[in-house]
Amino acid sequence: MGLTDDDVREILRIVDESDVEELQIQTEGFSLHVSRGAPIAPSPAPPPAPLASAPAPDAAEPSTPAADEDTVLVPSPMLGTFYRAEAPGASPFVEVGATVGPDSTVCIIEVMKMMNSVAAGVSGTVVEVCAENGELVEYGEPLLRVRVA
Amino acid sequence: MRRVLIPNRGEIAVRIVNACRKLDLECVVGASEADLDGMAARMADRVVCLGPGPARDSYLRADIVVQAALGTGCDTIHPGYGFLSESPSLASLARENGLTFVGPPVSAIELAGDKLAARAAAQRAGVPVLPGGEAPSRQRARELATELGYPVLVKAAGGGGGRGIKRVDDESQLGALLSLARQEAGAAFADDRVYLERLVTPARHVEVQIAADEHGAVVHLGERDCSAQRRYQKVVEEAPAPALAPQTRATLLEAAVALAAEIGYENLGTVEFVVDPQTGEPFFLEVNCRIQVEHPVTEAVCDRDLVVLQLRIAGGRRLGFSQEEVRFSGHAIECRLNAEDPARGFAPSPGTLELFSVPDRPGLRVDTFCAPGAAIPPYYDSLMAKLIAHGENRDQAIRLLLDVLADTDVEGVETNRTLLIDVLGHPDFQAARVTTNWLEHVLR
Repeated sequence: MGLTDDDVREILRIVDESDVEELQIQTEGFSLHVSRGAPIAPSPAPPPAPLASAPAPDAAEPSTPAADEDTVLVPSPMLGTFYRAEAPGASPFVEVGATVGPDSTVCIIEVMKMMNSVAAGVSGTVVEVCAENGELVEYGEPLLRVRVA
Repeated sequence: MRRVLIPNRGEIAVRIVNACRKLDLECVVGASEADLDGMAARMADRVVCLGPGPARDSYLRADIVVQAALGTGCDTIHPGYGFLSESPSLASLARENGLTFVGPPVSAIELAGDKLAARAAAQRAGVPVLPGGEAPSRQRARELATELGYPVLVKAAGGGGGRGIKRVDDESQLGALLSLARQEAGAAFADDRVYLERLVTPARHVEVQIAADEHGAVVHLGERDCSAQRRYQKVVEEAPAPALAPQTRATLLEAAVALAAEIGYENLGTVEFVVDPQTGEPFFLEVNCRIQVEHPVTEAVCDRDLVVLQLRIAGGRRLGFSQEEVRFSGHAIECRLNAEDPARGFAPSPGTLELFSVPDRPGLRVDTFCAPGAAIPPYYDSLMAKLIAHGENRDQAIRLLLDVLADTDVEGVETNRTLLIDVLGHPDFQAARVTTNWLEHVLR
C-alpha cells in the first residue's frame, strides 16, 4: 500500500484537529511517524520553515547557517522578541561553547509581554547563536546551532 | 500610515497588497508556514512567519499578529476577512499598542458579534427584524415558538455567518434541539445564549454595503444578492439584486444606513437581510464588520476601490463623496471557484496546481492567489479564485461568466467549476428566481 501526498495531508489534518501529540502508523508497506512540538533531535528531517525570500526593507535577516552533519538548528517555536537572558544585564542563558540538554532553557521569546522559555530540545554544544538579542524572530527561524553530543 | 501588516492569505491578501501599492504604502504579509511561498508573500515588501499551518497557531493568534506588526515596524493592521477580522480582541490589542486597525470601533465589533444586541440595535434604529427573541428557558422557547409558528430557527447569540443555526419543524423537536444548540454554542462561541426567530422560507439573501467615516458621514454603496448558497456558504453573488421591488430596495438601503448611524459604525461594513420573495418584506439578519468576499461586485457597479477606501477611512480621512455621488452602472456577478470535489460531497480538495488557466476577457476581473505550481494547503477554506463579470446588464454578465468558465482549466485539484456553470446556466438563475435553499434542491 502506498501513500499519496493527499493521504499525508489528510493524516496531518486529522492530527492537527485532534489532541494527539504523536502518531505512529506502521503497516507492511510503510511506516509514518508524526509528532508535534519540539523537533526530535538528530532527525534527518530538515528544520522547519525556510525563511521567506522576499526582500527585507528592515535590518538584514540573521544569516541562516546550514546545519551540517553533526549540528542541528534550534528553530524558534513562535514569533516574538528574542532574549538571550532572563532580564536586561543578567548573564545569557547560553554562550557559544555551552553544553545543553533537551530541557535546558536557551532563551526567552516574548509575545505581548508573555515570556516563553525555550528549551534546546537536543543535547550537545552550542556552536552559534543565530538570532540577535531584542530582535523579532519569526516562527521557525533558527535561534541556535548545536553540535549534537 | 506608512506600513501595513496583512495577517491573512489567499486572494484577499493579494487584494490588500494591491490596494496598499495604490496608496504607496509598504506591506508586510504575515503568513503561516504553509503560505510562506504564496502569491501575497511573494508580492509583499516583507513576509513574516506567524506560526505553523493550522490557523489557531498562526492567523488566529491576536498576540502573535500584534507582535509581528510591532516587530516589523508596521503602524497599521488590515485583517482582511475571516480569521481575526471581526475579533474585538485583535482590534483592541492593536489599538492599545498604538496601531491602526482597519475596521470599525471595538464597541461596534462587539455589538455586531452579539446577535441579540445587534437585533436590539436594529429595532432601536427602526430596522425591521424577524419576529423572535431570546429563549433562556425551555418554557419560554415553547411559548415563543408557538407564537411564531413552526418551523422556527434556533440561533446562537455568538454565532453568525450561517454558523450555530438549527431548524425546528415542530414542538416535539424543540426541547432536544434547544439543548443541543445551547451546548454547541457554548463550545463553539463560549456563549450559550440562544434565540428563536421565525423562519422565512423561501428567502432571498440581500445585503447592503455601507461606508462610514469617523467624521459622521454614512453612505450605502448599494446592495448585493447572495441567494445562491450551499450550506449557508455563498457560491454566486451579484449587484444589483435582481427582482427586487424598488420599494423594498429603498427600505433596505435606508435601514442599513440608519443602523450604521445608530451603532456608531466606522469604516466599511455589510448589513445582511433576508427578503421574503412573496411579500417583498425585508428582515435584518446581521452586521458584518469586515470587507466581504463578494465586495468586487459592488466595486464593479459603483466604480470604487473599497479596500483603498477602507485604508483611507482608517487613516482618519473623510469619505470624500456624498450619497448622491454614488452612481451605479451595469450589472456584476461573482462566482467563487473553490478547490472542492463534487464527487465527494464538495469536500475540500487540497493539492498542488499543475495547471491554472482562466481566460482574459473584457469585463472580467479575476481575484486569485493561484498560478501553476501554487499549493492549496489543507488548513484553510477552499476558495481559489473569484471570477467577476461586469456587463451592461445581467444577461451579458451571465454570458461572459459562462464563456470564461467553459475555458477555465485547473489541474492538480478538483474544483466546483461545473457546479458554477450549472448554476449560471440554469433557467431559474437566469430568471432571477433563486432563493437560499434553491441550490441544495437542484443538487438533490
